[in-house]
Amino acid sequence: MSLPRKNPRLEWIARNRLHPDHAQVMAEQGASASPSQWMGPAGLVRRDPHRIGSIGPNGIKRIDRSGLLSSQAAASPGRQAKSEPQKPLVTIDEPAFIIAVVPDMAGGELTSHDRDVLGMARQLADADPARQGAVLAVVFGSHRETRFEHAGVDRLLHLGDERLEGYSPERRLGQLEALEREYSPERWVFPDSQLGGAELGRRLSVRLRERPATQVWQLLSRDNEWACECRGARERSDIVRTLPRCILALEECAEPVSETRHEVRAVELEGSVPEAMIRIDNLGQVAVDPASVALGEAEFILSGGNGIKNWDRFHHAAVQLRAAEGASRVAVDNGFMPRERQVGATGTWVSARVYIAVGISGAIQHLQGIERCNKVVAINRDMGCDMVKRADLAVIGDAEEILEALVALIDQKRTEEARHEAA
Amino acid sequence: MKRHESMASGSSGLSVAVLVSTGRHSLTGRPGRADQDARAVELALNVENSHIRLFHAGEPGEECREALRGYLGMGIDSISLIEQSADADVSAALEEILRESKPGLVLTGTQAEQGEGSGLLPYMLAESLGWSLIAGLVSIESIEGNQATILQALPRGQRRRLKVRLPAIATVDESAARARQSAFGPAQRGRIDTISHDSSTDEALAGLSIKAARVRPKRLKIVKSKSARDRFKAAAAKSEGGAGQVLSEVSAQEGAEAIFKLLQDENVLSI
Repeated sequence: MSLPRKNPRLEWIARNRLHPDHAQVMAEQGASASPSQWMGPAGLVRRDPHRIGSIGPNGIKRIDRSGLLSSQAAASPGRQAKSEPQKPLVTIDEPAFIIAVVPDMAGGELTSHDRDVLGMARQLADADPARQGAVLAVVFGSHRETRFEHAGVDRLLHLGDERLEGYSPERRLGQLEALEREYSPERWVFPDSQLGGAELGRRLSVRLRERPATQVWQLLSRDNEWACECRGARERSDIVRTLPRCILALEECAEPVSETRHEVRAVELEGSVPEAMIRIDNLGQVAVDPASVALGEAEFILSGGNGIKNWDRFHHAAVQLRAAEGASRVAVDNGFMPRERQVGATGTWVSARVYIAVGISGAIQHLQGIERCNKVVAINRDMGCDMVKRADLAVIGDAEEILEALVALIDQKRTEEARHEAA
Repeated sequence: MKRHESMASGSSGLSVAVLVSTGRHSLTGRPGRADQDARAVELALNVENSHIRLFHAGEPGEECREALRGYLGMGIDSISLIEQSADADVSAALEEILRESKPGLVLTGTQAEQGEGSGLLPYMLAESLGWSLIAGLVSIESIEGNQATILQALPRGQRRRLKVRLPAIATVDESAARARQSAFGPAQRGRIDTISHDSSTDEALAGLSIKAARVRPKRLKIVKSKSARDRFKAAAAKSEGGAGQVLSEVSAQEGAEAIFKLLQDENVLSI
């Protein structure tokens, strides 16, 4: 056994900051990155207070222990951008079993629902260290997701056949059946979503003659056996059952993976897939008139209140912006808008991505109705009103002038774009 | 047999079967129509030149009959009630009935309002009958021969057009047209024909524990930071700190540009 040896001379030099060799000795001793901190001979971390801190505005040296200054410095453009902390990479070479996940990949990217479902699959795969499983994600068509490794994907089966692009449940089902034959995953996990997961998951479980757990919102671990809690009877009941092979999980069913990176090793289907019988022909998405979209599910809402005097102009702006129209209670009561367009606690609770409130002061009932909106833009004369306080962007001024300028701007961009395309 | 010929020729219209379940009023709990199934009946009533039949498989009790009268009140003459025990798996009985009656189109809700409500039944029927399956039907645009053009619901009010080969089983989405009101007189005059059918017990369902739904816990915002200061800041932060940007004393043009930039960043403008 080797004893830790001290070198008293080097220690003396290290203590003596005025020694000519001090900097060199410090550099040798402390293998750490920062010169102000090193591992002492006794295994304790030593810090040199003379090397940290900065001179404050009154000429006195300040040591900032709160992290305030350093975080400010990191945010300043002079320093390089703070890189993402490196997470440990997990590789699973010989998994005991496979958990297959079929994410929706709306717009070619993992949705937050997909991440939750992958987090659930990760839980199932990692439950027993003696029997480590791997998560296999199946992606159809082209995608532009670059962060599979952070979402907890060990294996990626990318089926890039262009016929699998878009809505093609029958062909996709054929591929999943081939996957079942080759890998026979221990469990199949789908997001129970309208984007396709609900349909594909049910189709597959019927084809495999498995009774799936649908609308799973929680995993339960009961004496070394998995169980799950599902919503049933249209959100009216909770059903607790042992976890079956096919799982269709709701949003927020589990925490997404955040601590580790995974390998994303590409795998392929080896056997040939028999041609599926196609009974459904996809004729593509239909252009939907935004005004006809129910207010509760509209993505972009232009809402008007008492501050609007010229309603024709408001309707024109809504058409130009291609936004669904909403209204405050006052505007509806005064007969400018139909009752079904009322936003708020007494009307519709909206969940738009962007909500533009024009001339709405923001009664508490109205603010409750827009609670779930992502971004709120207020256009108002009154700077002190509650809507301005709630808004992510508030523009103070005459509502009609601003709307008109906005419409003109959009018109201009559209004509530019059209000219660009023509050229 | 006669009906089968008529469907094949397509001259005397399409035969539409609607599988209806019983629902409950959300507040009073009184038995009534199930919302999505009522929408399915509404869709069927709007198919031109069609022959509609309604089927319900379940326990023939007083509550069930009261609920079914809700559908009769929409202007339907009769409903076929397939007698089953309370804990039965109705898929086998429905499959047999559909195989016999050979409809061109079968409509049903996406999810039942009672029982397990997994929404699996139409998939099982489509699989065992070998018919097409349409998920989330919103409206039927046209039916020509054995091809139907339909609209399918997507999230956020979007729609997708599909061409489907008939016979098909369609689940009707809740964004389909609202069902007409149920009138009392026709509801009382309509017939409920019972068809006796032996039922097979759904044993897997009997093993499940079903309770009234409880409120799902809100997801906690977990801050995984090494620094105590960051964790404290996240825990002590107010939910809404008025962090919004306020542009006062700007010209209308500047204000519009700021809004335009936000709309572009959020990608809601279609240019």
